[in-house]
This record gives sequence, C-alpha cells and structure tokens, in this order.
Amino acid sequence: MVGMIFLVVYLSSLNNEEIRTIAVFDATEKLSDALEDSDNLKFTLLNGIDLENAKTISKESNYHGLLYIPEAAGFSELDRNIQFFVEGSPNISAIQYIEKSLNAKLTNLKLEEDGVNVAQIEASKSNVDIRIENYQGQQTSKMSSWIKAIFGGAAGYLLMMFIIIYGNMVMRSVIEEKTNRIIEIIISSVKPYHLMMGKIIGTCLAGITQFLIWIVLGGVLLFVAISFFGLQLEPETMANQEMMDQVNNSGMQAVLYDIARLPMITLIVSFLIFFIGGYFLYSSIYAAIGAAVDNETDTQQFMFPIIIPLMLAMYVGFFAVIENPHGTVAIIFSHIPLTSPIVMLMRIPFGVPWWEILISMLVLFATFALVVWFAAKIYRVGILMYGKKPTYKELYKWLKY
Amino acid sequence: MENLLVAENVCKNFGKFTALNNISIAVPKGSIFGLLGPNGAGKTTFIRIINQITMPDSGTVFLDGEALQAHHIQNIGYLPEERGLYKSMKVGEQALYLAQLKGLTKSQAKERLKYWFDRLDIGSWWDKKIEELSKGMAQKVQFIVTVLHEPKLLIFDEPFSGFDPINANLIKDEILKLREDGATIIFSTHRMESVEELCDHIALIHNANKVLDGKVSDIKLSYKSNTYEVGLICSNQEQLKNELREKFIISEANFKTLEEELKLNIKIDANASSNDLISYLTTKGQLNHFVEVIPSVNDIFIQTVANK
Repeated sequence: MVGMIFLVVYLSSLNNEEIRTIAVFDATEKLSDALEDSDNLKFTLLNGIDLENAKTISKESNYHGLLYIPEAAGFSELDRNIQFFVEGSPNISAIQYIEKSLNAKLTNLKLEEDGVNVAQIEASKSNVDIRIENYQGQQTSKMSSWIKAIFGGAAGYLLMMFIIIYGNMVMRSVIEEKTNRIIEIIISSVKPYHLMMGKIIGTCLAGITQFLIWIVLGGVLLFVAISFFGLQLEPETMANQEMMDQVNNSGMQAVLYDIARLPMITLIVSFLIFFIGGYFLYSSIYAAIGAAVDNETDTQQFMFPIIIPLMLAMYVGFFAVIENPHGTVAIIFSHIPLTSPIVMLMRIPFGVPWWEILISMLVLFATFALVVWFAAKIYRVGILMYGKKPTYKELYKWLKY
Repeated sequence: MENLLVAENVCKNFGKFTALNNISIAVPKGSIFGLLGPNGAGKTTFIRIINQITMPDSGTVFLDGEALQAHHIQNIGYLPEERGLYKSMKVGEQALYLAQLKGLTKSQAKERLKYWFDRLDIGSWWDKKIEELSKGMAQKVQFIVTVLHEPKLLIFDEPFSGFDPINANLIKDEILKLREDGATIIFSTHRMESVEELCDHIALIHNANKVLDGKVSDIKLSYKSNTYEVGLICSNQEQLKNELREKFIISEANFKTLEEELKLNIKIDANASSNDLISYLTTKGQLNHFVEVIPSVNDIFIQTVANK
C-alpha cells in the first residue's frame, strides 16, 4: 500500500522530468524577459527573423512550441493577441506558467505606463501568515484539516476495500462449496449456521492480520520519518516556547506534529471495531448471495444492494464529511449501519465524542445480529438449492421455510 | 426386533408445497432398509431431516430411543446423492478434515484412513488432488469418509452411481460387511435390482406420503397373486387352453425351455391349493415347469405408484 503510493508519486515525477524548450518570438521586445527558465521549461529567444522562419526553426529544432507576441499599439491590445504554435497538444502547466509570467509583466508595464511606481507597490505587499492555535494553546499547521481528511479518507477507503475484498472471498468460498457439491457432506456434520459463521469469522481474522501488519509497517515508517526530522513528541516539551518556534519554522515538522496529534489510538481501535462490524454485516449478506446462486456470474443482480451503500458512504464521506465533519448529513450517515463504518471513520480524525461512536457501533452490531439471522436462513435453504437463479421474491419465501 | 431409527408423524412443507405428509417409519437395528419412491417423492427431504440438515415442521425422529439432538450427528454417516469434494485439496488432507468434523481425533482419523485406503486399494492417492481423480475414484474417497467414524446408522443415497460394475460390487460387499459389523443402513436408490439384492426392509414414499412399508418378504407375500407359471407338453394345445380358460384365469407366459410346450400363467383362487392344480394338470399332459410367480420389488414399485 505504502509502496504503491511511493510508486505513483515516483512515476508522476518521472513523467514531468522531461525538459521542454519553448521558442519565443517577441515582436514587442519588452515581454520576453518575464519568461524565466524553470525546472522543466527553457525559453529561447528567436528575435530578428520573421514569423514564418521562426515557425520553421522551432519545428525543426523539435521545440515544444513557439510563443508569438505580436507588435501592438498599446499593452491592452496584447491581452488577446498572443499566440502559441504547437505540434499536437500543449503542456497545460507550461501554458499556465507562461500566462502567469506574462500577466505579471504586462500588469507592471501597464502600471508604469500610467506613471505608477511599481517598486513601491512591490515593497508594500504584505504576506499574512495566520498562526492557528486551539484554545489550549496548541499550535497546528494550516495543513491540519487536510491531514485529518486524508487520514480519515484513507481509513474509510481502506475499510471499504477490506469489506469488498474479504466479503467477496466469503461469497466465492460459499459458491465453491456449492458447485463442488461438498456442501451436503459438510452440513451433515456441521450446522449450516456454524459453517457460515466459521467462514465469516475465519476470513475476518485473515483481514485483521493483514491490517495489523500494515499498522506495524506504517508505525515503523512514521517512526523513521519522525526521527529523521528530529521531532519530539512529548507534549510538555511541546508546550515550551522555544519548541513552538521550532515547529513554526519547519512546515514538515508541523505536519508530522499534526499527524502525531491525530487520535491515532481511537482511529486504529475504531477501525478494528468498525471493520469487524461492517465486515460481518456485509459478509453475511455476501454469504447469503453466494448460497442463493449457482455460479459467480449470477451474483451480479444481488451485488447492487451491497455496492450502492458502500459507494454512497464513500461519496458522502468525501463530499459531506470533509466539508463539514459535524454537519447533519455526516452525523446521520455515520449512524446508518450500512454506511456508518466508512463515514464514522472519516469523521473520527476531526474529533467525535465517544458516545456518538459508541451509539454508532451499537446500532451497527445490532443490525449485524438481525441481518445475520436473515442471511443464515437464506444460506441454509440456498446451499441445497440447485438449478435456478432465484429472484428476490423467492429469497423472501426462503425466509419462511 | 428393536428399532434404531423411528420417525413419528413427520411433516415438512416448503411454502405451499408438501414434501412429507405425516410420515412414520421404523428402521430395525441391523437391517438394510430401502427407502424407495419416484423422483421428487420426498426421500431426500426425509434423509435430510434425519441428518438434521432440515428441521421437520412437526413430528419427531428418534435415534436409539432418543429424540434427535446435535450430538447424534456423530452416530450417522451420510453419503448424499449430490456429492463432491474440494477440487483443489489433497485427498488425504481432505479426508482428515472431514473425519475431524465428525468428531474423530487427528491420530484416530489417520489410522483408520490408512486402513480404509489400503482396503479399497487407493493408498497411493493420498497426496493427489481431487481434480486429478476420476468420478468413480472420488466416490471411493467419499464412501470412506462416510463410514470412517463407524456410525451406528449409515445412509446411502444412490451409492453405486458412477461406479463401474467391479467397483460397485466392491462397495456392495463393503456395505454388507458393515451390516455384519452391526451398522444399520438406510439405502435410497432407483436401481431395483440392488434393492432386491440388499434390502430386507423397504418403505415406499409417493407424493409425500408413505404408501408401503415392512419386511420385503412380507410385502411380497401380500402382493402375491396365486399365479403359477406352467409348462405342459400335450397333444392338442388349443383345446387344452380353452378347457383351462373355463376353470382359471389364464394368460400367455414367456419363459425359455427346450421343448415346444404350452406356456401359461394360471391364477387360482386364494384358498385353492397348488397341489390340486398340479394333480389336475398332470392328467392333461406332461408337466415339466411349475413355478409360483413372486412379484419383484420392481413390479411392486410400479404397481403401487401407478395405483395411487
């Protein structure tokens, strides 16, 4: 997982490493000095020739494109008249960079034209940097909200993946036993309910093991990062002014400090409990679906009721929770059992009162108890039914057998 | 004779469909009990109730005098009609797992599996995967798993399907040996010749109702029609036929003989004696074939089902 993130970051940085050269044909001869070379952009001036020649040269030299600034009576005229010739599609960030640079330069030129002292304006520009503190005097970085959203989002997303992956595993193993026809041999020794619960719990333990391995790896990584940046975690040292200044000085340290101050224990413990609850809830539905059908292709029509609440939870999480973690929508969805594991996890980094978490968990586990009772009935009948693809109506009938 | 399994007034409905209607059956200890019936009659449902896979709506099943409880599962071995094994698991591992599910310890299971694998000559398959075996080979493994925990009651649903004649015989001998060792066997099949061969008791279920049960010999006795198959060498066959037709109910019979004789089925009154028939026939010609017609289980099955 962590490796994956590094890989993506590395790949996209690779993608941007290419240095693009852009030819500039500046007929006004006043703007080109605004274009400074950057990490992956280089500008070459092509003045003193005509436009057609400039085009040919930039094409033959395999430049990324040709920026053409025509002659104009006034600077205002230039706004719409600057052109960029390119083979294929231009690099968006390069265009943005050029526009930004030219805008700044043009604005200054216009101001100077009107007799304004640009240097004075530059000197009077201020740069306000608000220091965010809570009432207890603890400083946070401005990144804090984002960090919380990222951690909450990651936890919620991870939970959804776990539910889908391990739920599917349960479903596939039920279908396997059914198509193998070993099921009748087994349930003459074991009660169907026990078999189903055994499957669910066994797979759950596999999931928790994997999660714990990730936690250990993540913990090691965080520890390495913290010791690398020399951050001290003890809150009492944190309180002293000197330390605070130090935190202030280094953005990376502030971020790490924010991470360290997240309710990590609550997050991990809630992740485990919500994973168990949410996974049990969904995988008992998965098990019932597996029992109802004969093969995996028939599962599609029943997958809908599983995927919809999961997707809904993700979207509610990303749009409603991150915007306002304690808004009505967020609170409601963090108590509806099918969405609560994901939405509540996303809210936890922003600080949720313990009783709210507790209520949400209780509702979740109560629902699980109810759903597993229904699922067991469908499972018991379904595993011995062959041949036809059942409808929802038939599933309802099975409940009464 | 003491009964090992007694079912009393067992009913089971699936929605509006009645699968079992007030079925009462007693399976005597040490017997091979044939559970017969057309497709969809309710046999499998009944067997599943004995195995506690399905619960009856009403009625009770007693095993050895006790109402069925979870722990009785260890006293029952069930070979379902629809059977299979985990395809990608090794034979030995799988047999061990299934045996342990039935309450055997690992070492016990290993020991007995070794005995049975050698006995059925499949010792070399231990490390093979089920998907490498043929259907018949896998059936042997399933048979072993069914009998391994030495249950008091064995239930075989179509045990011979998928076996070649040699292996079918082998399994048949094993079933008879298990009975000798004290097991009671419920045997469900559509192959009447194996019922004829193995079963001493049968029950016939048709459309969720029990229509017939009891000892095979008693049932046959009650189904006999006092009909005799007769072969008679005489000079004028047509005349004799007409003469006999006036006295008895006769029909053409068909059996293999060496001579060109008159072949007839002759039905006499229930209280008439076969000796009288013989002495009457001997006055008409030379009697060289005289056999009482005994109804086969097959006949009884067809007759009973057709009449209902």
